[in-house]
Amino acid sequence: MNTNILEILSYGFIQRALLAGSLIAVLCSVLGVFLVLRRMSLIGDGLAHVTFGSTAIALAFKLYSAASLLVSLPIVLLASLGILKLTEKARLSGDTAIGIVSSLGISAGIILASVGGGYNVDLLSYLFGNILSITSEEVWIAAGLFCVVMLLLALFFNELFAITFSEELAKVSGIRTNTINAVLVLLTALSVVLAMKLVGIMLISSLLILPAASALQLARSFKGCVALAALQGCCSVVTGIFISFLTNLPTSATVVMINLALFGCTFLVRRLKILKLA
Amino acid sequence: MSHEVVRTERLCCSYNVGRVLEAVSIIVEAGDYVGIVGPNGSGKSTLVQALIGLVAISEGRASLFGVPCDNFSSWGRIGYLPQSLRLLNPVFPATVAEAVGLGLLSQKRFPRKMTRDDWERVDTTLDSLGVYDLRLKLIGELSGGQQQRVLLARALVNSPELLILDEPTAALDPETRERFYALIADINRSQGVTVLLVTHDSGAIGQHATKMLYLDKRVLFYGSFDEFCASKEMSALFGTHSQHLMCHRH
Repeated sequence: MNTNILEILSYGFIQRALLAGSLIAVLCSVLGVFLVLRRMSLIGDGLAHVTFGSTAIALAFKLYSAASLLVSLPIVLLASLGILKLTEKARLSGDTAIGIVSSLGISAGIILASVGGGYNVDLLSYLFGNILSITSEEVWIAAGLFCVVMLLLALFFNELFAITFSEELAKVSGIRTNTINAVLVLLTALSVVLAMKLVGIMLISSLLILPAASALQLARSFKGCVALAALQGCCSVVTGIFISFLTNLPTSATVVMINLALFGCTFLVRRLKILKLA
Repeated sequence: MSHEVVRTERLCCSYNVGRVLEAVSIIVEAGDYVGIVGPNGSGKSTLVQALIGLVAISEGRASLFGVPCDNFSSWGRIGYLPQSLRLLNPVFPATVAEAVGLGLLSQKRFPRKMTRDDWERVDTTLDSLGVYDLRLKLIGELSGGQQQRVLLARALVNSPELLILDEPTAALDPETRERFYALIADINRSQGVTVLLVTHDSGAIGQHATKMLYLDKRVLFYGSFDEFCASKEMSALFGTHSQHLMCHRH
């Protein structure tokens, strides 16, 4: 078994998948805590659909892999701000705004794919994710964006915590809530574009929601909740990559199933604790 | 020497349903404890929310500490406590200490990091309100009365000069409510904190507030509690018997 693990670790594509996957999982899990508590967890799903549309545009211009990010990033960042503006200005709840932008993204993607000669392997790989095909260039991009997002999260952590606790109280503390909301959705947009290759468009929201949902079952403080979510996200990706390699299962779905299993465990632990106290 | 803490001049606020506040002019001086009462939909909460920028002012002027509300930025001088039930998500994973610490962010500049002194201040505030033992508990696991004390600690942790409480006792039983009013009166007297307290409970607040503001979209009465009790307009509004019950100090 030891030899097997060492052998697996010796493959370059596994090393790249583990490194990029862990970084992306930590990002999504940490942001997920804020999104879940603010009842914005489906924003990941909506932005993933926009990513699909933007990837179709990139492929239409023959931009593949890392180069497709040049098209996807600005479009998804704008879409995230669009969701925020719709919520603020159009008297819509967050889920409706996400639904509108999501529909736009997916329909634009389908039309562009159809005009561009139908679905091809590249576009489908974005639907279901394929972290084992991640390139060195994409690992560097993931590492760079990880550093940027984590730095911004560290700088804005208390403001994000404050608006998550209560937007009304945060306003009366002099926090510019609109700015901090924009920071949150922009960081989410960056992470979704990165996570696309890991779990694919169809499963992106699971990486944002499940580690946070598990952490909420056990956390005894806010910082503890963020740390637990990051730990689960990272562990699920690492074990998911190993299991999928050994069992020849799709990596993205394996990562999601591990997250679901961990959520089930934390839920049971919490229920048992409550029963014990009663 | 008295200092104006709050001044409104012909203040009007509107929602889609129409005017909620009509030409409200009041002055609150340092050290006042003002009970804001009135029927449902009379604009009590709208008034305090307009002062702190949560509701837009459609006409008239309002200022805090002599600064127009639009330009007000000294948020560290204000402590705000909204209705607890409206605020708290029962699964929110913040400890009492973390939640109270958020009250200090108003005094900090970017990136608003907490220091060791800040955490000591949180502990001191919790201790002064008798809830220090709860500091590591999750705020969602507390009873309504405990949550209200913790949120009051959050409002007081930055030693505000003005404390604004928007129906803080709506979810509390009568006994806890009475203790809460007494606690606010003590803070007002011992620390000289100016208090604006919105409530439905005109009888109970009358026992503690130094001034009463009776609103029904416009100001029907604003003055000392004794004046409120002697007011013929208020007798006509409430009936002599009800007014007597409200004004009977135990």
